[in-house]
Order: sequence, then structure tokens, then C-alpha cells
Amino acid sequence: MKKYNTFYSVPYVLWLLLFVIAPLVLIVYQSFFNINGQLTLSNYREYFGSGTYLRMTFNSIWYAFIITAVTLLISYPTAYWLSQTRHKQLWLLLIILPTWINLLLKAYAFIGIFSQAGAANHFFEFIGIGPQQILFTKGSFILVAAYIEIPFMILPIFNAIDELNPSLVNASRDLGATNWQTFSKVIFPLTLDGVKAGVQAVFIPSLSLFMLTRLIGGNKVITLGTAIEEHFLVTQNWGMGSTIGVVLIVAMVVIMFATGERKKKGGQRR
Amino acid sequence: MKRKWFDWRNIYLWLVFLVLYAPIFYLIFYSFNAGTTMTRFSGFSWQHYAELFADTRMIEIVLDTLLIALLSSLIATIIGMLGALAIYGIKKVWLKNSILSLNNILMVSPDVIIGASFLIFFTFLGLRLGFSSVLLSHIAFSIPIVVLMVLPRLNEMNHSLIDAATDLGATNVQVLTRVIFPFITPGILTGFFMAFTYSLDDFAVTFFVTGNGFETLSVEIYARARQGISLEVNALSALMFLFSLLLIGGYYFIEQYNNSKKARRRNRMGAKLIK
Repeated sequence: MKKYNTFYSVPYVLWLLLFVIAPLVLIVYQSFFNINGQLTLSNYREYFGSGTYLRMTFNSIWYAFIITAVTLLISYPTAYWLSQTRHKQLWLLLIILPTWINLLLKAYAFIGIFSQAGAANHFFEFIGIGPQQILFTKGSFILVAAYIEIPFMILPIFNAIDELNPSLVNASRDLGATNWQTFSKVIFPLTLDGVKAGVQAVFIPSLSLFMLTRLIGGNKVITLGTAIEEHFLVTQNWGMGSTIGVVLIVAMVVIMFATGERKKKGGQRR
Repeated sequence: MKRKWFDWRNIYLWLVFLVLYAPIFYLIFYSFNAGTTMTRFSGFSWQHYAELFADTRMIEIVLDTLLIALLSSLIATIIGMLGALAIYGIKKVWLKNSILSLNNILMVSPDVIIGASFLIFFTFLGLRLGFSSVLLSHIAFSIPIVVLMVLPRLNEMNHSLIDAATDLGATNVQVLTRVIFPFITPGILTGFFMAFTYSLDDFAVTFFVTGNGFETLSVEIYARARQGISLEVNALSALMFLFSLLLIGGYYFIEQYNNSKKARRRNRMGAKLIK
């Protein structure tokens, strides 16, 4: 089958070279050029030298952290209790269904719900707080981002809980552990891989969401993604945009290592 | 563990479901509004659907989006399938693992990075932005998911099947079309399906590489949403929701078909063993 193997691999290897490796190399290459097309390190100097970019990066990471935390807090109990229901696969399907709706449409729905006279303000009036400015605030950005990411967090956690051997939970109960002890000493540590996968699936996109910062956040929040989009498509400063892109790639690799690789080593230790 | 219907854990689950679905149904509900805002419902009407169907520009965009999704997922499925076969044939473990890591780069990269790097790439090649650049990008980011769907099926395959076929005098092409293909078809179908939905849903990558002349649905919705509320978009979202339901129905049909086929095969094998 040797001969045929080389034949199969031609288009695939071409894809690897042209659409995986070449774009990565090009974005790194581009990051060494300034807006006038001169080869220079000035983009990196500006990025790490001026406080603006560092503050933006820090803010972006901070917001991604909050979004991930909110998502995790909502998703873990959901996944946990979902795994105990009778038709759990059906319920899981219903959780995943909203991810099939176009992201833009969901964001668009919130423009209506959070608007001056929208449903959220009707509710606030009803409970006596009175109408608030909700759209175009940092809070609304976090809420909508969390809303969009929730299914991606529930899914891996649900799978981890579903794979958990129930006799371990029973054993811990039999040995006299309280519900809280069973959860914190047995269930949570054993489903940590699912949590990590979920964090990975939520944190990285949260760093790069750019249409939400425009549509919902009203440009009050600038994420790394927004900054890249701004540099590439608005100010046309591709060099600086690529520099931020390289930073985002590095951040991504760090997160992947922090949430992925430890799995194997931890497994050995245990 | 028996549970009463009004258990507070169930209430929590219902709340989560409510939150997940409320915005979608909110959108659909207001698509039937006789007025023009998403805040006051002034009566039932089909007028926004009529507007939508009279909007030739929008219909053109919908058709373009579907065309891109179909073409890109078809081509990505072919290349991805060949890629999975190639990876399956690799004997060296380190090589296999490094190719798999390369394969997954586009799966984990943020959309913005994919979009920006493709934009640089296309500009570097001198390719005009538009239909072809969008199509190429969609093919590119769909290939890894096809590989990931097909490869497990190949690994599941019993290698003695191939050996038996070769021993019985099958040529390589026959082994491929008569033995391997039928076995991995479910993986290929799932991969095609995932690629199709990836393409339909994509916004960020398309936004970067689309240039001025060509638009997909996501880009158009973004442009309209930035201008404010237009209930035509609501009508469109209702139709797209129905379409997603159909797609999911199709997906589950494929899964069920695969499972029943697997079960049938198992039964047949069991029957043979009993004999």
C-alpha cells in the first residue's frame, strides 16, 4: 500500500504546508514590519514598552478569566445534575442545540433584550429598580459571552462526570464521607480533566471575541481579538496586528500546556 | 436515585434551559411583530417574512452562503478523508503524533488568528479577496474536523479485514473501495456534516478574508446588527432556527443509521458464531 499512501497524502500535506504552516510563519514574519513596510522590532518595542497595549492585554485576560469563571460556576452544577437525570442524552442534545444557532443571531437577540425598552428593562421596572442602561456596558459583554460559551463548558464536564465510576462515589459515602466531602475529595478531582477541557474551550475564544465587544460591549471592552481586528481591518497596521496575534498565539500555547499536558504527568503521580 | 419533579436541582436545570432558549425564542417571537421594534409587540403579521422573501440581495447572500458551505465541506471531506488514510498508514509514532498536532492547530486557534493569518497569506499570494478566498479558508478550517471524525473509524477497523482482502487477491483500489470505504462511511458523513455547519456558522474568519464584493450571511447580519434592529433579521433567524433543527434531525438520522447498522452487523456476527 506504500505507493497509494503517497498518493493519498499529497492534497493533505499540501494543505498542512499552505494553510497551517505558511500562515503561521507569515503572521510571525509580518509582525517584524512596521506600517511603512520596514523590517524592525519596533512593534514589539511598542507593545511591551507602552502601557496601552500591556493594559489592554491585561484587561483582555481579566475579562476572559471572569467569563470563564462565570461559565464554570453555572456549568458545573448543570452538568452534574444533568448526568443524574433519566433521559440525559436527550437533555444534553438540548443543551448543545443552541450552539447550532448562528453566533451573530444570538448576539443580535441580546441587542433587543438589553435595549432601553427591552425585556430586561421591563423586568427591572417590574421589580422596582427602574430602567437601566444595560446594553453597551462591561456587564452585558460578560453576560452575553458567558451565555454563548456555556454549552462548550457543559459538554466536556458532562462527559467527565458521565465516565466517573459510580462505585467510587458509593464507596466514599459508605466510608462515611459527607456530601460535601464526597464532592470535593472524590467527584471534583476525578472530573478535573473535563473542567480543564472546558476552561480551554472557553478561555481562548474569550480572549479573541471581537464582534461581541462591538455589538454588545459598545467598545467599552477591548479584547486582544478586537485589537487585532482593529489593526488589520480599520487602521491597516498589519505589523502591529500580527504582533498582537503572536502574543495571542503564545497565550494560547501557555493555556494549552497549563490545562492539557499536566493530565499525563498527574496521571502518573496518581 | 428517585427524584421528585419539583426538586430544586430540576428547577436549576429548567432555569438554565430557560436562559439558553429565551433569547432564541425572543428573536423568533418578534419576527411575527406587526410593528418594527423588538420591544413592543403590536400584533401578529407575516410582513417581515414577506420583506425577507422580496429582498433579492438577502436571498442572494443566503444562496452564496449555502454554496460556500456545500462546496467547502465537500472538498474538505475529500481532502480530510485522504489525509486520515495517509495518517492511518504512517508507521512511525512520532511522525503520526506530530502530524496530528499540526492537524489540530486550526481546531484550537482563535478565529481571529486564522482570519488574520489567512488574510496575510492571500495578500502575499496576490489572490483577490472574494468568493475564492472565502471558499479556500472554509475548506482549510474544515479539513481537520473531517480528519478527526474519520481517523477513529479507521483505527477501529480490524486490520485482518484488509489482510484477508489482499490475500484473496483484491487490488489496492478494491481494498479501498470495497473494504475500507464502507467501513469508514459513517465517519465521513459525520465529518461532512460538521464541516458544513462550521462553514455556515463561521463569522470571524470570513469577516477577515471576504474583501468588499462578497458577503456571507454572518457578515451581513453583523453589518445589519451594527445599524440597529431590523425585524427582517428576526424573520431570517426563525428560518435559520428551523434549518438548524432540520440539520440536527439529519445528523441524528445518520447516527441512528450508523448505530443500527453496527447493531445489525453485531447480530449477524453473533448469529454466525452460534451456527
